[in-house]
Amino acid sequence: MVASARHPVLAVRDLARSFGPVRALRGVEFTLDAGEVLAIFGPNGAGKTTLLRILAGLLRPERGAVLLGGEPAVRADARQRRRVGLISHASFLYDGLTASENLEFYGRLYGVGDPRARALAALEAVGLAERATTIAGTMSRGMLQRLAIARALLHDPDIVLLDEPFTGLDQAAAGALRRQLVRLREERRTVVLVTHNLDEGLELATHTAIQVAGRFVECAPKDGDAADYRRRYAEATAAHG
Amino acid sequence: MGEVLRHALTIAGKDLRLEFRSRTAFLSALVFTALVLAIFQFARDPTAVSTADLAPGILWITFTFAALLGLNRAFGLERENRALDGLLLSPASRTALYLGKLLANLVFVGAVEAIALPLFAIFFNMPVLRVLGPLVAVIALATVGFVAVGTLMSSIAVNTRFAELMLPVLMLPFLMPPVTSAVQATARIFAGRPFSETVGWLRLLVAYDVTFLVVCILVFEHTIEE
Repeated sequence: MVASARHPVLAVRDLARSFGPVRALRGVEFTLDAGEVLAIFGPNGAGKTTLLRILAGLLRPERGAVLLGGEPAVRADARQRRRVGLISHASFLYDGLTASENLEFYGRLYGVGDPRARALAALEAVGLAERATTIAGTMSRGMLQRLAIARALLHDPDIVLLDEPFTGLDQAAAGALRRQLVRLREERRTVVLVTHNLDEGLELATHTAIQVAGRFVECAPKDGDAADYRRRYAEATAAHG
Repeated sequence: MGEVLRHALTIAGKDLRLEFRSRTAFLSALVFTALVLAIFQFARDPTAVSTADLAPGILWITFTFAALLGLNRAFGLERENRALDGLLLSPASRTALYLGKLLANLVFVGAVEAIALPLFAIFFNMPVLRVLGPLVAVIALATVGFVAVGTLMSSIAVNTRFAELMLPVLMLPFLMPPVTSAVQATARIFAGRPFSETVGWLRLLVAYDVTFLVVCILVFEHTIEE
């Protein structure tokens, strides 16, 4: 997580954001290079989703900066937005469109070549090839989540942000997602993963952070075994909770 | 500019496809239109006010409120599954998003008007075909203006708790200039008055369209930011 001689893929400097009297984010800092996966753990209300929304450019920080490849993130910069993919609690899909229509729509917005072929390939990758003509509104929660993953990765982003991506997935779908995240790491994408699930996060992460009450109380390369980390997480959330 | 237009057409195409598939707003607007025209036709006293005096106002009240049904849906579509976040996250600019919504709304309102106009001609026995050219010009100019404002207001109303109620409250004060101008111009066209009597109202409509299109594009970005 140390910045190399060139600029890190993603750098966050002293981020802060409040909602009225609630300070959702305070002084958050980290840097990530290609191939690094940061898993952020924290209790509900720790500000994890706020952090991801700022990283994605959906929310403005009150203080601090997000740097993509050394350049300040500017929301009007379409080139920067093509670099980021977000998998959120919500699917960002249209219930009235079919699975492939949803992906083709986003493919056109992102300017991918041959959106139809790309959509079908993305559906294949998440195991939904046979559901291409199914209306999204009639799909199960797990299938929608897989479709949302296909949407987020359709344009081949080099920074992938995931907010509780395992929520609502059955075992098979969770396994497929895990394999996809491993593939992203192998392809040297930069991944920020927010999750409550310590086991899933620790398995995939190269770096970990514990966020409590808007602050990172720990942020470092992954070390120690899972039991040790679990103990540190419990102590950190108890001390700051 | 090419990319803005391409994104705008993609967004408009998606909205129209969704509407074509469900037809919820379109059918509601058509039923509403037929009911309003029928009520005005049977409730009015033809001996008190002449049809020629009343008809232009009725036509524009019908168009305005039928359009509200479609405009309410413009950003309501983006509420499901927080799809608006997906659009904001994409490389499409805010201007493209506004123009895409505007285009889809214009097609929607234009389609409703295209069906409402013959109904109006039948209910009120107005010589629509004889003045079709100038009438369509007035309808087009007024529609561009109020749909431009309505699209912006829809993006504001969608973030409120009672979006369907808020849209008319926010929008109707801004519609007074184009609707008044359109009623005046329509009345003169139906009355067969010389073009010189209509041209002032048409200029007002053009000025309104240009002003509010520019203002709405500039303001839109700030209405959808968190």
